[in-house]
Amino acid sequence: MSDTHAQTVPFVRETMLPPAQPPTNEAGAVSWLRQNLFSGPLNIALTILGLLTIYYLLQEIVPWLMRSVWEADNIAQCRQIVAERWGAGATGACWAVIRERWPQFLYGFYPQHLYWRPTLALALLFVALAPVLFSALPRRLMWFSLAYPFVAFWLLWGGSVFLPIMVAAGFVIGWAAYALLHRFGTIAAVAGAVLIPILWWLFLAGDLSRDLAGLLGRSAPLWLEPVRSDKFGGFVLAITIGVSGIALSLPLGIMLALGRRSDMFLIKALSVSFIEFIRGVPLITLLFTASLLLNYFLPPGTTFDIILRVIIMVTLFAAAYIAEVIRGGLAALPRGQYEAADALGLDYWRAQRLIILPQALKISIPGIVSTFIGLFKDTTLVVFVGLLDPLKGITDAVRASTDWKGIYWEPYIFVGLIFFAFNFAMSRYSMYLERRLKTDHR
Amino acid sequence: MSEVIERQIDRSHMQVSDEVAIQISQMNKWYGSFHVLRDINMTVHKGERIVICGPSGSGKSTLIRCINRLEEHQSGQIVVDGIELTSDLKNIDKVRSEVGMVFQHFNLFPHLTILENCTLAPIWVRKTPRKEAEEVAMHYLKKVKIPEQAYKYPGQLSGGQQQRVAIARSLCMKPRIMLFDEPTSALDPEMIKEVLDTMIELAEEGMTMLCVTHEMGFAQAVANRVIFMDQGQIVEQNEPGEFFRNPKSERTKLFLSQILGH
Repeated sequence: MSDTHAQTVPFVRETMLPPAQPPTNEAGAVSWLRQNLFSGPLNIALTILGLLTIYYLLQEIVPWLMRSVWEADNIAQCRQIVAERWGAGATGACWAVIRERWPQFLYGFYPQHLYWRPTLALALLFVALAPVLFSALPRRLMWFSLAYPFVAFWLLWGGSVFLPIMVAAGFVIGWAAYALLHRFGTIAAVAGAVLIPILWWLFLAGDLSRDLAGLLGRSAPLWLEPVRSDKFGGFVLAITIGVSGIALSLPLGIMLALGRRSDMFLIKALSVSFIEFIRGVPLITLLFTASLLLNYFLPPGTTFDIILRVIIMVTLFAAAYIAEVIRGGLAALPRGQYEAADALGLDYWRAQRLIILPQALKISIPGIVSTFIGLFKDTTLVVFVGLLDPLKGITDAVRASTDWKGIYWEPYIFVGLIFFAFNFAMSRYSMYLERRLKTDHR
Repeated sequence: MSEVIERQIDRSHMQVSDEVAIQISQMNKWYGSFHVLRDINMTVHKGERIVICGPSGSGKSTLIRCINRLEEHQSGQIVVDGIELTSDLKNIDKVRSEVGMVFQHFNLFPHLTILENCTLAPIWVRKTPRKEAEEVAMHYLKKVKIPEQAYKYPGQLSGGQQQRVAIARSLCMKPRIMLFDEPTSALDPEMIKEVLDTMIELAEEGMTMLCVTHEMGFAQAVANRVIFMDQGQIVEQNEPGEFFRNPKSERTKLFLSQILGH
């Protein structure tokens, strides 16, 4: 009765209460165990079942890994060593296959004396990526990032240095055309910036680079030994396709997402039908189209590099997915953001670039990175158009050799681990980026 | 009602000139088949402070959103600062950079700091050098009394502070006209005052202002004209003293009795 009474009497607080410490008897390892693993009969049963499963798996895997053989010339020798050391009937991992064949997994059939070129290209890739991924680095490094695709192309495929230079010159010409034509209006400038480089690439770049190469001869600094696309394989191939696809599909995906939300009927219709068509067919269909059908449409005698064709198809495929992921991000932005940008007098492109896309892309990071990871793993599908991907192409080649016939787990584990390393890095980077861009302080 | 306006208003700079700032004639707007704005005729002179009030759905927000073309009108004419609003994008962007707008939900850009919010449009639309834009922004942030928040993000500020930043952001474009779309209706009572104070200061400096608001104290203290709208039409307009003491139409009387009754 007394406390009811206390509540009904007029009350004025004299001093405000400071925040107090929470009770401490809830912390500690034992209470954690009890709460998370043994909180009831069902959880106790599940915990025991889980532990048994882990034990069962480990007792198969750990001995197999413990009995690893690193030095052997072929699988028979491997098995013999395992039998000698651990008795007949024992099984052991035969990593000797990786030790002997790792260059093939990494480089495919790329000429052995030229291994330094893809290796250098990979090392430079990290240099080129650094300023893109980490904003703390000086912005001037971006110039190298812009030049990197041409450097990498030259290193990987070789030939005359003038071909990538002439292709790059097309972009410079496009930029110059835009700057010169700008005073005649935006449409003229954009048309010029698109059409003039295309004409340049189609009619001038090839001849010019051939002439320059012929003029200056095939000497060392301007000429690298050419490597044909069918020599590519393993991770050189996977990374070439994967990185190009990732770099190209993001801008294309952004354009498609904006196109799908456009008020202009034609642009919207084109974007929607492109996205729906590409998402509606399996990637393998597109790859077959790239490898077989395109030949029928192209004029006879044209050689259109197979890796380039595959990169185009993989890019289109990923771009359709990225467009939808980004559209989700765009839709999540409140209308007020568009209105505030409009009310300040920002035009469409500035509003998109400065206000809308930074926020929409931030929301879409998990989806975009998932698509990138999917794209990178899907590069193994190029085996269906006769390219030697690391997972099936190269592994089959290794397993078909007389020395390693019958080897099974080791190559797949090796390839799987490398894929995992790349994808895990992408995933961690995306989490870092999300944390860095978090400004809402919820 | 007027308890939030405690201070003396300095009227020395509040002068209405003959110059026309906004001219709206025979303007109509439909949302689909719904006729939201019906035959709006209105002239705003430079230096006027107009409060627009009315029940929800009366079209008052739509009206001021038409003035900077956040909404498109289908017939009639809107001329802002001598520029007619048509579908010509160049004119629209020109008008928008001359007309500041403050929204109910602030609409600050959450990925940019307060200072970046304020300098973005001057840098990209007005092509002001960054340093100069930052100086101007700090000047207006001081004016709305939050210069110390310049390097924070909008999410770290209270609602009242965010709305003051939104006002400063508009002022950084040095607009000739300011539009306020229910600037205080998303705020806690404690924060309404700080925003109204900022708006009063702006009025004291002679800014041309159109405010959609239910703050009748503000209307009485600052406005030189109150417009009452219902069902997409201007029902009554008068100078505030007469408007509140002696409303003419029945609809206005009913509205005023409801919002002032308690």
